[in-house]
Amino acid sequence: MAQRFEIRLAGSGGQGLVLGGIIFSEAAAIYDGRHATQTQSYGPESRGGASKSEVVISDEEVDYPKATNPDVVLLFTEAAKEKYLPLCKKDAIIIADADLVKSEIPSEYKRVVKVPLTRIAKESVGREFVANIVALGLIRELTKVVSEESLEKALLKRIPKGTEELNKKALQLGKEAAYKYGEHILKG
Amino acid sequence: MAVNYFNYLRKEKMPHIWCAGCGHGMIVKSIIRAIDKLGWKNDEIALVSGIGCSSRTPGYLDFHTLHTTHGRALAFATGIKLAKPNLKVIVVGGDGDMMAIGGNHFIHACRRNIDMKLIVYNNNIYGMTGGQASPTTLTDAKATTAPYGFLEEPFDVCNMAIASGATFVGRALDLDVPLMDRVILESFKHKGFSVVDAWSQCPTYFGRFNKWGSASEMMERYKQIIYNIRQKDQLSEEEKKGKYPVGILHQIERNEFCERYQKLRDTLKGKEEAE
Amino acid sequence: MQEKKNIKFLSGNEACGEGAIVAGCRFFGGYPISPSSEIAEFMSKRLPLVGGTFIQMEDEIASIGAILGASLAGVKSMTATSGPGLSLMQENIGFGAMAEIPTVIVDVMRGGPSTGNPTGPSQSDVMAIRWGTHGDYPAVALCPESVNEVFLLTIEAFNIAEFLRTPVVLAMDEITAHMREKVELLKESDVKIVNRKKPEKMPYLPYEYGEDLIPPLPGYGEGFRFHVTGLNHDKTGFPTNKSELMEEGNRRIMEKLDKNKDKVIKHEEFMTEDCDILVVAYGSSARAAKRAVRTAREKGIKAGLFRPITLYPLSEKALQKAAGKAKKVIVPEMNLGQYILIVERVIGHGFPIIGINQVDGEPISPSKILSKIEE
Repeated sequence: MAQRFEIRLAGSGGQGLVLGGIIFSEAAAIYDGRHATQTQSYGPESRGGASKSEVVISDEEVDYPKATNPDVVLLFTEAAKEKYLPLCKKDAIIIADADLVKSEIPSEYKRVVKVPLTRIAKESVGREFVANIVALGLIRELTKVVSEESLEKALLKRIPKGTEELNKKALQLGKEAAYKYGEHILKG
Repeated sequence: MAVNYFNYLRKEKMPHIWCAGCGHGMIVKSIIRAIDKLGWKNDEIALVSGIGCSSRTPGYLDFHTLHTTHGRALAFATGIKLAKPNLKVIVVGGDGDMMAIGGNHFIHACRRNIDMKLIVYNNNIYGMTGGQASPTTLTDAKATTAPYGFLEEPFDVCNMAIASGATFVGRALDLDVPLMDRVILESFKHKGFSVVDAWSQCPTYFGRFNKWGSASEMMERYKQIIYNIRQKDQLSEEEKKGKYPVGILHQIERNEFCERYQKLRDTLKGKEEAE
Repeated sequence: MQEKKNIKFLSGNEACGEGAIVAGCRFFGGYPISPSSEIAEFMSKRLPLVGGTFIQMEDEIASIGAILGASLAGVKSMTATSGPGLSLMQENIGFGAMAEIPTVIVDVMRGGPSTGNPTGPSQSDVMAIRWGTHGDYPAVALCPESVNEVFLLTIEAFNIAEFLRTPVVLAMDEITAHMREKVELLKESDVKIVNRKKPEKMPYLPYEYGEDLIPPLPGYGEGFRFHVTGLNHDKTGFPTNKSELMEEGNRRIMEKLDKNKDKVIKHEEFMTEDCDILVVAYGSSARAAKRAVRTAREKGIKAGLFRPITLYPLSEKALQKAAGKAKKVIVPEMNLGQYILIVERVIGHGFPIIGINQVDGEPISPSKILSKIEE
């Protein structure tokens, strides 16, 4: 069977997880020329309800478009951690926002990265809402599942005009965070 | 020159099925006279109806005709007009069609101001289904579903239309042929959505149930509850109380939807070319 | 020189709009409802750019009325809705079938009954699509499983509607509507576009038909004046209550589909040649089924998938053939057992037909189907 790579982004509405999933999967599908699907589930609220965005990337056509056993899981709220951590395989890369997920992640999960994504976005870029883009840069660097150029192209296509530099910086900060917080994963 | 009605009627469908004394045929003749005066060609007219006695009209007139479902004439007509704005779109319906089941379509058609001509054949009752009460049945009047008298208040078609944004609103009784002719003609000349509340008597049901007598006796009754809008200022409030004004009650200019939409297309085209 | 393929990364709802424009749709009347609203949003933006018209109607009853009116005026038309809106449209879906007016109704299925679950995937309208309006009518429904297929089947839905002169439903679900994946956008010149047959001579009788049982249809204002009604009517289009003419008319609208069904039917088979266990699945559930079948094959279990692309009409012969050697048939669907009734009618004898049914607003997982295959 073709190699599938699955990512689950879980948090709440307004954190830009759906957009993040779109950018990542479009980078794979359009700019890297592979196959990808992006799906989502959400509540009735435009802002604040539980939100989940999933990406499946493959060299062949993706049959089942939802994540079944994700390789990367991003937890952006305490509620998302409660709900999705128990569903994670033990060797999945688990990324949690260090400030938004305060509770401990049990040691049976071997590849955990706690990063203050939202804080980085706020303090270094001055915009909390690019935390999702910081996360994309981080995930890319940790997994190399899409190319750096493709991710940047996909990003620039989907964001509002005038925010290019801001977003590129966020992506770069994510990459740097991979080395600062995720060296244990980069070393394999 | 005298109007040749058979230029507009489907001869083979005559005689019509309306009851003796029903006013619907008189309204149809007013419609024909207006079309004839304006020189509209049969092939440029789409006439749309719902269901009921009034909605026999499309079967009799030699235009593009559409007999839709109950209450939905304005919805279908909206699609026709927007798809082919060069067509003259006339919509006919009864009081049940337009004020009850089609009430939502009626108020939104008034609001949108698409250039369509609505004529409500208002006889205060459901004729075709056997004389049931309608939203314009007068309070205390009897109907097969109001055997003890109608306990509700009726809608005033014209007030509804004005409040909903129609840009031409008029009312006439079938017995007053010159006024019916004038109101329908002016509504056809108007650019925008027009509503004519065309009163017609139903001796078969309404007249019989309410002991209002024959068609001509019914006309006399209706005459008692109207006044001409031109006398609005001469009559006292007391004299106008409980009575319905007839004539052209409301006419304003407002952007017509099809024209607005065409303007939008042109603007977008200009922008695209500029880019 | 070969042109570069136009590959885009779109949601199903966006691809549906793109397909409609390519098919020649120039009128959209609709009412917002999750999870279909992005189709209306797309059309409101795109139609005025291509000389078409978008209008947001006051409700779904008005929406279907408007698109039928536009179609009679000679313009290809579409609406998009979800279960509650589909319920409201049933009245005039019947009118469209009776008066034989081509149009396309997109139903992005959500959970029901009633308001149900607006945001989760569901397949609970497949019987409402078949039997929803009163009376006998020729139901045609297409059910895509991917964004690319949404694009192609939207065009196909228009082609069938125009060919058969009848309303056609495109049955999507929240996944095929909101999922994003690659789609190859084809140009009008690269796809087959069918336009309704027009009359060639006067006098024109709107319901006079030839061998294919499909009468030609001019647009209003094109010189052929005619009458249209939802009442039983004869060839002239005027109402009739003559028994033999009513019988003939009612039968013909059904027979025109039956007679032409081979030109309409579409299905896909995956590893069915030698299968012991046949999964019959449609829409996004078929993608879970395909994964389950692949995994089963890796484990040495001879599983296969039959996917009806036209839910109605169904390719009954092909389904019977695919089920020929099967010992077990599995029908996963996001409802409490609707399409399985049709599968049972078509192949139901001699072996178990098992439903996998889920109405929790989540898609059916491949592992759930796999475990039924392995049972």
